[in-house]
Amino acid sequence: MITVEELSKRYGAHQSVDRVSFRAQPGSVTGFLGPNGAGKSTTMRMMTGLTPPSAGRSTILGVPYAELPNPGRHVGVLLDASAQHTGRTGREILRLGAIVMGLRPQRVDEMLEIVGLSADEGNRRVGNYSLGMRQRLGIAHALLGDPQVLILDEPANGLDPAGIHWMRGLLRGFADQGGTVLLSSHLLHEIEVIADHLVVIGRGVIVADGNKADLLNAAGTLVRGLDPDALARCLDAAGFVYQLEPDGAYVVDAPREQIAAAAARHGVAVTELRGADGSGLEEMFLQLTADDAREKVIA
Amino acid sequence: MTTATHHLELSPDPRVASVPFSRLLRAELRKLVDTRAGFWLLTAIGLITVAVIVVFLFVADPDQLTFMNLVGATATPQSILLPVLGILAVTAEWSQRTGLVTFTLEPSRIRIAVAKLVAVVLVGLLAVVVALGVAALSNLAGMAFMDGAGSWNIGAANVRDFFAVQLIGIVQGFAFGMLLMNTAAAIVLYYVIPIAWTVLFSMVGSLEKVAPWLDVNTAMAPAFDQRTFQAGDWAHIAVSGAIWVLLPLALGLVRLLRREVKSA
Repeated sequence: MITVEELSKRYGAHQSVDRVSFRAQPGSVTGFLGPNGAGKSTTMRMMTGLTPPSAGRSTILGVPYAELPNPGRHVGVLLDASAQHTGRTGREILRLGAIVMGLRPQRVDEMLEIVGLSADEGNRRVGNYSLGMRQRLGIAHALLGDPQVLILDEPANGLDPAGIHWMRGLLRGFADQGGTVLLSSHLLHEIEVIADHLVVIGRGVIVADGNKADLLNAAGTLVRGLDPDALARCLDAAGFVYQLEPDGAYVVDAPREQIAAAAARHGVAVTELRGADGSGLEEMFLQLTADDAREKVIA
Repeated sequence: MTTATHHLELSPDPRVASVPFSRLLRAELRKLVDTRAGFWLLTAIGLITVAVIVVFLFVADPDQLTFMNLVGATATPQSILLPVLGILAVTAEWSQRTGLVTFTLEPSRIRIAVAKLVAVVLVGLLAVVVALGVAALSNLAGMAFMDGAGSWNIGAANVRDFFAVQLIGIVQGFAFGMLLMNTAAAIVLYYVIPIAWTVLFSMVGSLEKVAPWLDVNTAMAPAFDQRTFQAGDWAHIAVSGAIWVLLPLALGLVRLLRREVKSA
C-alpha cells in the first residue's frame, strides 16, 4: 500500500506539486495520470526519497521510504528506464541490483526471461538498447527483489503495442497476487487499459481520484433510435436529462438499463445503446493538456 | 518464476534486514570495473605503467636500474590516472543518471559515499601493489638483460610515501567528483589547478615559500625526488590536503546529502 499525504514541492516561486494526497491499494493497479510537467515524476521522486518534499509525507507499507530496510525487497522502482550507465550490460545492471539486495545470482537470469530479454540481449550494453528494451530491463530491475509494491514512471513509454499488452498482463498478475502498483502516464488511453483506479494530476494538483469505471462512466449513456422524435418523447416521459448530439443520437444522464426499460415501455425502436464516448474524464484531461499547451505557446 | 503470492501485505516483511555495508562495497567495487570507461581506465593505468617501465629500462643508464628508481618511474603515470578513477566513481551516478537506482536501493546517501570511498581506496592500494610488482619484475629484467645495477635497496619510508601520494591523489579526485558532480568539470579542475599554481608561483616570487602549504602537489614533490617525507613535509601535506582534499570532500558530502536526485 502507498499513502501520500499533502505532499508538496516548491521550486522557488513555482509550486510544482501542491498538497497531493492519494492512496494506492494492494491488489489493484493505480494509474497516475497527468500531462507532461504536471508533477507526476516529482511526486514519485518524493515518494522514493530522492527529492525532499517541501511539505507533507508519504509512506509505503506504512513506513517512509527511507526507513524501509533493504527497500528493493519491498518496493520495485522504475523512474527512468534510460537512467542507466550506457556502458554496462543489461545483465550486469541486474547483477548489481541483486548484490545490493542480497539475492541469488540466478534471479538475474530468471528476470531477464520474465521480461522477454534473451540471454544475448542481456549481454549487450544498454547503450545499444531500444527504449522498449530499456523499459523491459527497468521492469526486470523493479521486479528483481520480489517486492510487494511497484512504482513505475511512464513504463509504457517506448513499448510497442505488443509490449504494452505484455506489461498489462504482468502488472495485472502482480496486482492479482496482492501487490500494489502505481504507474504514471501522460496518455489516458494507455493507462485506461491497465489501471483499476485513477488519480489525475494537473499543474501539481489532484483533479480527480476514483475508480476507473466510475470516472469513465461519468459522461452518461448514448442512445439512438429509428425515430429520434419518438425517442425524445420517451426520454421526456421518463424524466431523463439528455442532450441531442449533432448526429441525431442522445446522450442521457442515466444508466443503460433504465433507458432500455423506458424505450420498451414506450415501444420505441433503439438502434444503439452504450456508454457515451467523450467521457467526463477524457474531456477534463484534454482540457488540462490544452491549458498547458497554450501556456507553453504564450511563454 | 518465483514471485510469491503477497496476500495483501500491509507492512514491510520483518524478515528483511537492512543492506549490510559489505554488499554496498561489493557493488561499488564492481561498478568501478564493469563499464567500458572503468575497464579501459584501469587497463590504461596498467598498460601505461608497463610502457613507462619499459621505456625507462631502455633509456636509463645501467647503474640507474634499481628497484627504487623503477618504483619511482611507475609513480608518475599512476598519480596522473588514478584520481580519474576516483572522479568517475562518483560523477557517473550523475552523468549516467544511475543515482536514480543507486539511491533508491540504499536511501542512506552517506553509506553510499563511504562505500564508494572505500572502493576507490582499495583499488588505489591494489594499483600501487601491482606497480611495486611490475617494478620488481623490471628490476630482475634490468639485471638479466640490461646489465642493470639491480639494487633492492628501498626504505620502508619510501614505500609508505609512495602509497600516501597515490592515496591522497585518488581521494582528492574522489572529493572533486563529489563536489562538482560532473566528470568534465572535475577532471579539468583536477589537472588545471596544479598548472595554475605553478604559473602563479613562478610569476609571484614571494609565493614560493608558501607554495607547499597551499598546493598538494608541491607538498608531495619530495616523494618524486626520491626523498622521504620529513615532519615538515607532513605538515605541508596536512595543511594543503585539508584545503584541497578534506574541504572539497566535506562540501561534496553536504551537497550529496542535500541534492535532489533527478533523471533530467
